[in-house]
Amino acid sequence: MGFLKKLFGSRAAIQQLPTGSITMDRDGQIVTSTVSSAYPRALLQAIGRDVLRLFREARSTEMPLTELDIHFASLRITARELRGGTLIFIFPQTTLAPTPTGASL
Amino acid sequence: MAAAIDATEMETHHKILILDDDADWLDLCRELLAPLASKPEIRTVSSGARALALLESEPFRLLVCDLKMPRMDGLQVLAIVRRRFPQLRTVVLSGLEDEEFRSRAYALGVDLFWLKADMQQNTQMFLDCLESLLGREVDGGFRGIQSKSLMDIIQMECLSRSSTVLRISRGPLTAKMWIQDGEVIDAETEGTRGEAAVRRILAWKSGTFESLPAEPNRERTIAKAINTLLLESAQTIDESANVSEPESMEQDVHRKTVWKLGLLMREGAEFVVSVPLDGQGVPEALGTQSTAQLADWTRQVAEVTKRLGERIEAGPLSHVAATGLDRQLLIFPSERKSFLVGWPPGDAAGEILEKSKRLVASWDS
Repeated sequence: MGFLKKLFGSRAAIQQLPTGSITMDRDGQIVTSTVSSAYPRALLQAIGRDVLRLFREARSTEMPLTELDIHFASLRITARELRGGTLIFIFPQTTLAPTPTGASL
Repeated sequence: MAAAIDATEMETHHKILILDDDADWLDLCRELLAPLASKPEIRTVSSGARALALLESEPFRLLVCDLKMPRMDGLQVLAIVRRRFPQLRTVVLSGLEDEEFRSRAYALGVDLFWLKADMQQNTQMFLDCLESLLGREVDGGFRGIQSKSLMDIIQMECLSRSSTVLRISRGPLTAKMWIQDGEVIDAETEGTRGEAAVRRILAWKSGTFESLPAEPNRERTIAKAINTLLLESAQTIDESANVSEPESMEQDVHRKTVWKLGLLMREGAEFVVSVPLDGQGVPEALGTQSTAQLADWTRQVAEVTKRLGERIEAGPLSHVAATGLDRQLLIFPSERKSFLVGWPPGDAAGEILEKSKRLVASWDS
């Protein structure tokens, strides 16, 4: 078995999409998280910081936001403003998941 | 002798295969398809693998297929069916009200895409469509007209003195054109009807179309001959593509602005800002004075979210929805141009998403 590893080297692992929720304070620090600990913390922090940045930029454009919904092909990020911090929900999207037409965008 | 006749009759009865993972739905389909005049034999299966095995072992005329199924989904089944059984007519019967799936299904060469909810409401029309697909081989004809323009298709229908209803889709935009005995008698799209609708439809450069059963009782709103209509539309398209005189350019800009304002009011949006990529034009806005401010914010959102998507490997960005105290916003980023659409608070979220998609698709058309 070791022989095969030497011959082909190790293949890059496929990054699993996160699922769960995180709470971030106004300084961009994760306060609570239900996302699997196998998911890199640095990426979770990147999600939180970018969301906080979007809330701040909207405020500075005089368009304060209460909710933000980012739809990627395979992931949906819903964030609620929380007195400077944010509560973020992360849902992976399946290939055939219909476009949401219900209560939220 | 009687047995021989019976056998011949049995052979002319077509076979329909219905594929859906919902057993109750399969039972309902059996009931709904029972009144088909040609009395086809109806078989049902609940998995893609079983359907393919059955198609291999027996000849079927028509496959009615669901999209959302476990293990092998409908699009996968259709992709295989198209290669292995090119003569098999295919119908998608889905609960997914997403234009993307309609386009993907038509790109796979399906003959008809129908929503399950519509099937229950317009059962007779659905049955007429199936009957027409079942009998098409008897009438002769070829399949595959992907390289033909809409003008060619309309001309073909008119030259053959057909009676049909063409349902044309371009992204979220849909249109219908009623053809009776080779004459276009009515058309409808984006709140316009008659000749104006024909001109709008013919300006679309791409899309999908399907033939629905004729509606002979449709009220006639178009009196002109089809050739005159096509010629006038072609002239309008040419003129708008070759605007060179400053005065006519000004008129053209004015006409487009009035049309866009009408579009904005009809859909009920507060404003639209279109933001080209940096250095490739100036932002354009209707319904707001804060063009530069909103354009900058739209660019920032598009850049930040696009970079985030690449970093976490979440796939292409579809759209961003934002809710504020006094309005709802939707951002549609694209390679060439991003769009920001503002809506009053309280409007249903799903509804404004669909309306925004229509607005954005129509904006530069």
